[in-house]
Amino acid sequence: MNDLNPSGWRPSTGSSEPGAWRPTVTGHRALEQDEPLLFEIGSLDGCGVDFDEDDGAEMLDALPRRTTPVALPGLSEPEAVRHYTRLSRQNYAIDLGLFPLGSCTMKHNPRLNEKVARMPGFASVHPLQPQQTVEGALEVIAQLADWLVALTGMASVAMTPKAGAHGELCGLLAIRAALEARGEADARRVILVPESAHGTNPATAAFAGFTVAPIPANPDGRIDLAALLERLGDDVAGVMITNPNTCGLFERDMKTIADAVHAAGGYVYCDGANFNAVVGRVRPGDLGVDAMHINLHKTFSTPHGGGGPGAGPVVLSQALAPFAPLPMVVRDEAGKPRLIEDPAERTDAFGRMCAFHGQMGMFTRALAYILTHGADGLRQVSGDAVLNANYLLASLKDVLDAPFAESGACMHEALFSDAGFAEGFSTLDLAKGLIDEGFHPMTVYFPLVVHGAMLVEPTETESKAALDQFIAAMRDLARRAKDGDPALKAAPVHAPRRRLDETLAARKPRLVWKEA
Amino acid sequence: MLGTIGAASVDALFTDVPTDALQSGPIPGLPFHASERAVERHMAALSARALTADQVPFFLGAGAYRHHVPASVDHLIQRGEFLTAYTPYQPEIAQGTLQVLFEFQTQVARLFGCEVANASLYDGSTACWEGIAMAGRITRRRRAILSGGLNPHYAQTCATMARFTGDDLVVLAPRAEAESDDADVIAAIDATVSCVVVQYPDLFGRIPDLAAIAEAAHAAGALLIAVVTEPVALGLLESPGALGADIVVGEGQSIGVGLQFGGPYLGLFATREKFVRQMPGRLCGETVDAEGRRGFVLTLSTREQHIRREKATSNICTNSGLCALAFSIHMTLLGGVGLGRMAQASHARAVTTARRLSAIPGVEVINRVWFNEFAVRLPRPAAEVVDALAERGVLGGVPLSRLCPDRADLGDVLLVATSECTLEDDIAALASALEEVLA
Amino acid sequence: MPRYFTRDHEWIEVDGPKARVGITDYAQSQLGDITYVDLPAVGATMARGDSVAVIDSVKAASDVYAPAGGTVTAVNAALEEAPELVNASAEADGWLWELDLADPVELDELLDAAAYTDFIAGL
Repeated sequence: MNDLNPSGWRPSTGSSEPGAWRPTVTGHRALEQDEPLLFEIGSLDGCGVDFDEDDGAEMLDALPRRTTPVALPGLSEPEAVRHYTRLSRQNYAIDLGLFPLGSCTMKHNPRLNEKVARMPGFASVHPLQPQQTVEGALEVIAQLADWLVALTGMASVAMTPKAGAHGELCGLLAIRAALEARGEADARRVILVPESAHGTNPATAAFAGFTVAPIPANPDGRIDLAALLERLGDDVAGVMITNPNTCGLFERDMKTIADAVHAAGGYVYCDGANFNAVVGRVRPGDLGVDAMHINLHKTFSTPHGGGGPGAGPVVLSQALAPFAPLPMVVRDEAGKPRLIEDPAERTDAFGRMCAFHGQMGMFTRALAYILTHGADGLRQVSGDAVLNANYLLASLKDVLDAPFAESGACMHEALFSDAGFAEGFSTLDLAKGLIDEGFHPMTVYFPLVVHGAMLVEPTETESKAALDQFIAAMRDLARRAKDGDPALKAAPVHAPRRRLDETLAARKPRLVWKEA
Repeated sequence: MLGTIGAASVDALFTDVPTDALQSGPIPGLPFHASERAVERHMAALSARALTADQVPFFLGAGAYRHHVPASVDHLIQRGEFLTAYTPYQPEIAQGTLQVLFEFQTQVARLFGCEVANASLYDGSTACWEGIAMAGRITRRRRAILSGGLNPHYAQTCATMARFTGDDLVVLAPRAEAESDDADVIAAIDATVSCVVVQYPDLFGRIPDLAAIAEAAHAAGALLIAVVTEPVALGLLESPGALGADIVVGEGQSIGVGLQFGGPYLGLFATREKFVRQMPGRLCGETVDAEGRRGFVLTLSTREQHIRREKATSNICTNSGLCALAFSIHMTLLGGVGLGRMAQASHARAVTTARRLSAIPGVEVINRVWFNEFAVRLPRPAAEVVDALAERGVLGGVPLSRLCPDRADLGDVLLVATSECTLEDDIAALASALEEVLA
Repeated sequence: MPRYFTRDHEWIEVDGPKARVGITDYAQSQLGDITYVDLPAVGATMARGDSVAVIDSVKAASDVYAPAGGTVTAVNAALEEAPELVNASAEADGWLWELDLADPVELDELLDAAAYTDFIAGL
């Protein structure tokens, strides 16, 4: 019976002894494949594009031509697909797990959004086609604008700003233009900005030609109302307030502040970065806001794409609406959308923010999200986001210092500090420990008003089971940081890279690849 | 969960909102939720109300160009690890995005003939302004000369910013002539000028002599900013950096990104290494990790708004990450050789188109040279002609009046652009429709 | 040579009408790894209290204020290649700029070493 198992193959689970690991020849570790730079694997005569046979080689003799091709390596399609697929696997993403970056709002990106954005009537039309050939695209802009105006209770919306910071700039320029129209632009040069504000706020104000006066926070994490009222005067152009604020709290005095600012002749800019916490429940127009940008990638689920593109439409009050930049889409009496580009038609418009009509590809995605959810669903979005954040806060405040836990319910994000960590252990160590646990860290060291800040935003996307797993990891990490577990200083050890030397990168910047 | 929190209801979590500003139910007058199928049908119905570039003969340019994008580009950018990642602030788990940005920066620097490039800005027009602002920081002068060959929407974007920052912009008027306005630009340079801004190829498709302008600018202590709205042109034309441009900005849309009705697009920005600390926008740099392995991080962030606050070089937070990825993948598939082929085909179609159109009575090609876009003078207002062509199912170009509504004298100028996607049949369809319209 | 200090953590060492300026060792220890120093131009004039230089660390950029007014006669060129000198030797080799003093009387309002030591002890 010698033919029973001629190959000698037997199932085995291998050795479970530790120390079986050894470096591989390739440097790969199974599915964890290290990928060289494009410039190290491509050749300068490589090309992965399948061109038509060149049927028209006609050339102008007078054309001044380059003598050598641009020195860019090319890869074949299979090589390129592998290169980028391997690189993609070194990224964390919402598609892989909870991504609790406070103030950044990493929520699920529904794939319906991607499908509609690629429909040819939106994706394959040129921004300068005759209007009658792009009616559907104009209708998308108009419908999204209608929703944004209704959800915020404002008068109109400027759709062209290309990101949140660009929207901030648009709002402040509208304020400058309104002051110019009143003949007060030279007198009113000061914008009041709370100390807890994101750095973009003062940067934008300075960029728009204003000077910045900081307003302190009170001990419960909100704007010091008395200090703000004290600073109002003839030189103040307006305030920039984030609401809910960067400490995750609703500014209870928003309406009082707005009324006082208006009475003093100024305008109210609201940073809408955190609008997702109140969408469908609170209309900023009811709080006296004059301008607010909406990050479509935060509140309305357009993908962050590894750092953009964003989109930052700005809703405007009656007072600022006439100054909105061109181009804009308006509805005529019959409700038909019409594109206005000629400054002669809108003489108060303060100018133009960019070459074309804004982030169309983001408008389609945001509109799909809004239509899917509706007025009822959006209300549930903010409710679920706030519920999840409060659940995290309640589940962690006994192990992590939560400076504003007694300041009322948090909104969509919970704020902790590094108080109580062992000597030499920091927020950064806890954050890097989260990486080994399979989570993206929270926002760290922001807002600046809290030492070693950790700003945790779960969004409505997460289930209770996902939150509980995250809470378990956070509780363990908090204990290790307080106990001073030296292993935590080494984290992450399971990521594609260990901690990177940022000092070296900044001292000797190497920003492009050069042949060794 | 409410039990753990100690709240009676979700609504009870919103008690910090003043009651008169708190909606007690869904905001009135708005529709409720809809199914995926219903929303898809709604959007598809809107999409159908269009004449698209893929359907009909198509000749539009003026800052946005249609090229073929290989299918693998769109497939790869939809991988969730790219699509649903955030800005790579935690580099240990963002090496994918970071390495792409490092490769992208290298590609853009080489394409533009510069030493360094950033990780992208919003689009070409905003990048153009950022270039002017940067030249002001470097030269400590506040006066910029903008060529009349610069896309008027770019010039307006810059003028809007300058109005608020107090910079002095001298915007030369566009002139529909055979040659670009190099002489006027050079004549306007003096010792008070921070930079001259020259589009290459320009609005009319002409090709300015950047080397001569650079020499004149440098002699006066000013910088040359070259603006490239059609980077495919650099497959045939010399790179601006090699011709002396100090800052090269551009619109990257024509490689990998697509038309998308104007956005999102991709701002390209490159310059000399010595100016890097004055450069706006995100930068990715090479470094090592704790085990000495090569890795990448965002670097020189002290220039940026989140640290410098009101002293930042710019208020920009985002780059155009996913568009940069699309550009980079397409460029990787092309390589320098493929870019040259795409450029050559685009140019050849423009030569054919110009020859066919100039044979039509009353139609005059204005340019002496061009890459893939040229201007023609028509015997009738160009906007009317374009509308009439659209009725005949031809998207025939961009009437200059769309960009310069205040210039009645340019009302008869039409900009016509081609690419490797332009077929012989398309050119024939445009020629015959135009003949019919002008008859 | 007499050395004075500011509450913004600069030091200034005076040699007749000339002086040399840097940041204190305490300041460099608070900043962490210094990655870049942006210095004023030789020939530039400054008034006391002007923000005239910037010191970058990885996560922060800090302004350096002129402890006294005058005209810059030299800057520490070694910092261009080796900004880490400020970490290693803030009060000697990591100096920032030298100047001709506009008005030595301004120095009277600065702290001496003992007063500065007391000042940082109270922070």
